[in-house]
Amino acid sequence: MEFQIPNFYPAAPELAVVAISLLTLLLVSFARRRASQIAYYMTHVALLLAAVLTIHVSRDFSATIGKLYVQLPFSEFLRNLGQIGLAYLGSSEMSFTFGQMYLADPLGDLLKVVVCASVAMVLIYGRRYLQDRKLESAEYYLIILFAVLGVMVLISAGSLLSVYIGLELLSLSSYALVAINRDSIRSTEAAMKYFVLGALASGLLLYGMSMVYGATQSLGLVDVARSLVDPQSANRTVLLFGLVFVVAGVAFKLGVVPFHMWIPDVYEGAPTAVTALIASASKLAAFAMVCRLLALGLWDLVEHWKLMLLFTGVASIVLGNLTAIAQSNLKRMLAYSGISHMGFLLLGFASTTSHGSTNAYASSLFYVLTYVLTTLAGFGIILLMSRAGFEAESLDDFKGLNKRSSWWAGLMAVVMFSMAGLPFFVGFFAKFFVLQALWSAGYAALAVLAVVMSLVGAFYYLRVVKIMFFDEPAADFSGIEACFGVRCLLSVNVLAIALLGLFPSFLMQTCVLVVQGSL
Amino acid sequence: MAISFPTICFYLFSAILVFAGLRVITARNPVHAVLYLVLAFFTSGMIWMLMQAEFLAIAIVLIYVGAVMVLFLFVVMMLDINVDKMREGFWRYLPVGLVVAAIMVAEMAMVLNGRYFRLENQPAPQAVDAGYSNAQDLARVIFTDYAYPFELASLILLVAMISAVMLTYRRRESIKHMDPAAQIAVKAKDRLVIHSIPAEKEESGAESTAEVTK
Repeated sequence: MEFQIPNFYPAAPELAVVAISLLTLLLVSFARRRASQIAYYMTHVALLLAAVLTIHVSRDFSATIGKLYVQLPFSEFLRNLGQIGLAYLGSSEMSFTFGQMYLADPLGDLLKVVVCASVAMVLIYGRRYLQDRKLESAEYYLIILFAVLGVMVLISAGSLLSVYIGLELLSLSSYALVAINRDSIRSTEAAMKYFVLGALASGLLLYGMSMVYGATQSLGLVDVARSLVDPQSANRTVLLFGLVFVVAGVAFKLGVVPFHMWIPDVYEGAPTAVTALIASASKLAAFAMVCRLLALGLWDLVEHWKLMLLFTGVASIVLGNLTAIAQSNLKRMLAYSGISHMGFLLLGFASTTSHGSTNAYASSLFYVLTYVLTTLAGFGIILLMSRAGFEAESLDDFKGLNKRSSWWAGLMAVVMFSMAGLPFFVGFFAKFFVLQALWSAGYAALAVLAVVMSLVGAFYYLRVVKIMFFDEPAADFSGIEACFGVRCLLSVNVLAIALLGLFPSFLMQTCVLVVQGSL
Repeated sequence: MAISFPTICFYLFSAILVFAGLRVITARNPVHAVLYLVLAFFTSGMIWMLMQAEFLAIAIVLIYVGAVMVLFLFVVMMLDINVDKMREGFWRYLPVGLVVAAIMVAEMAMVLNGRYFRLENQPAPQAVDAGYSNAQDLARVIFTDYAYPFELASLILLVAMISAVMLTYRRRESIKHMDPAAQIAVKAKDRLVIHSIPAEKEESGAESTAEVTK
């Protein structure tokens, strides 16, 4: 068989990230001083370039937008900006390169752009925190760039092999990032736990993949799906055996019950800036993994993985919400709340029906996007409150925040309301869409249980608000030190939560469109 | 059932492999344990050789035995490992370990004796002729069809390298460094400062000082 040089063009975002990270590596090795500053700005350049390329590569701007733009007067154009953006986003199609290893589709593009944006926000929020603790180094930014690359590879994985390689790139970088504060016993312990359990999960996933490969004789996800359609060609028993392990590996990455043990320790032990990264980019990667492996590759086994996801989802919601009540550490509390949120995500994903699964996937995509936005704001505020020698991670540190700064207390309250799912914040609509999908798939009892559990969950979110507004502040009354840009970005982030809560339809439309174009 | 020469070899190597594996965890002396691990790697290389995977066989001998295990040996020799402390509770945990191992063996036996995995269902790979090059075939697919994951794997190694340096390297401020570049770039005027001091005359005993000023 003659080998043909693959088309590199669809993979331009990944290539750009690789090129810039290698360039940065060279630059910082020769830079005398300011190595970390150079790396910081280079990382932002890489993220921006990757996002722009992701949007630009597979779409023809002049063909879709240019025509519309010429016809419409400018005021009309502005008014229909949302619709035109949607048309532009949806104008790409699924394409493969590197012989099915790489898969580009609208869902992947959307996730990649969100990953780039959220990592950029993590960097901006966390910079002062790292500088205060003398943790900022060029290597930190380099490893984050490689982690982003891993996420992007995972998002656009078209074969079992690229799923695994992307996952390893991301996990290895995350282990190193958690351990970055090497003099702290807590961080090292967290990194060790993360590493050992992560290696175990990788093994499980790989074992499952080998079973799938053995049964279908193919690595490409589309080929796997194709050979599953014919009931004669693949052995069901082996496939189900493999499916269990694949789901276990994915559940570990998402951090859902019963594979959630690492989440609280890692969230608490890692420096808060790294925790924010694990809570945002990692979750998007895990969501992409669920989409690729289950919704694309093993689609034919939907009846089986659906039950597994429903079970883990419900267990996570129950355990996450009940355990979070007992926490006095805010980072640990957010970890348990993250477990329950991921449970919701899985419930949404699993509520496919025989009529179609667009609703289920779209609700779960909406959930993960808004969760990332909210959790970024939450960790952003924790990072903002911290200063040298003070972590601001205990609930007591937030006592009487209203007296210190009403603005930030208000914004934190918005974040907490949204996480609790109070109406007219975006978290409410995220939960609402998931419950709607669950209800229409016929799982009424589960929907009721999920609602009851989120009511329980509202207790610990509202307790934070109560502490901020009604408790007396501690003796320490120092102000909040952060530069103007960080304050602005963080405020915009929180206001976006509130605004999306008022106008959720646009984001939901985007999700539906993207899911229709991809899955 | 006729026993062919490869079959005899396979059982011989497997027996050595199992024995070496057991000795790795039971040897009292850590250096002996490492040496048994070398034996285990070498024997598994031989088994690969039986399966006509020469490249893998040579790679495991070169990389694991030649490089990794030698490094291991150095580390083991340099670290002061208290063997007795590490082996504490070995007998206490042994029953549990044996039970777990027995369950695992039983499960694997059930899977392997299942309908799908039985030997008859797995056709033996086609024998290849003597001139066949394993390495060439491997290279062809790695650099063509699997170039994308291969290159990404190299980046994973790079991440491991960067993070190893990041987590272990400590710049010690107390030590005085020499900067060769700065040493070369130095100019005479950085080192030697010539002050012009105006000659002055002292009232008493001026003779000796005047000469010094000159």
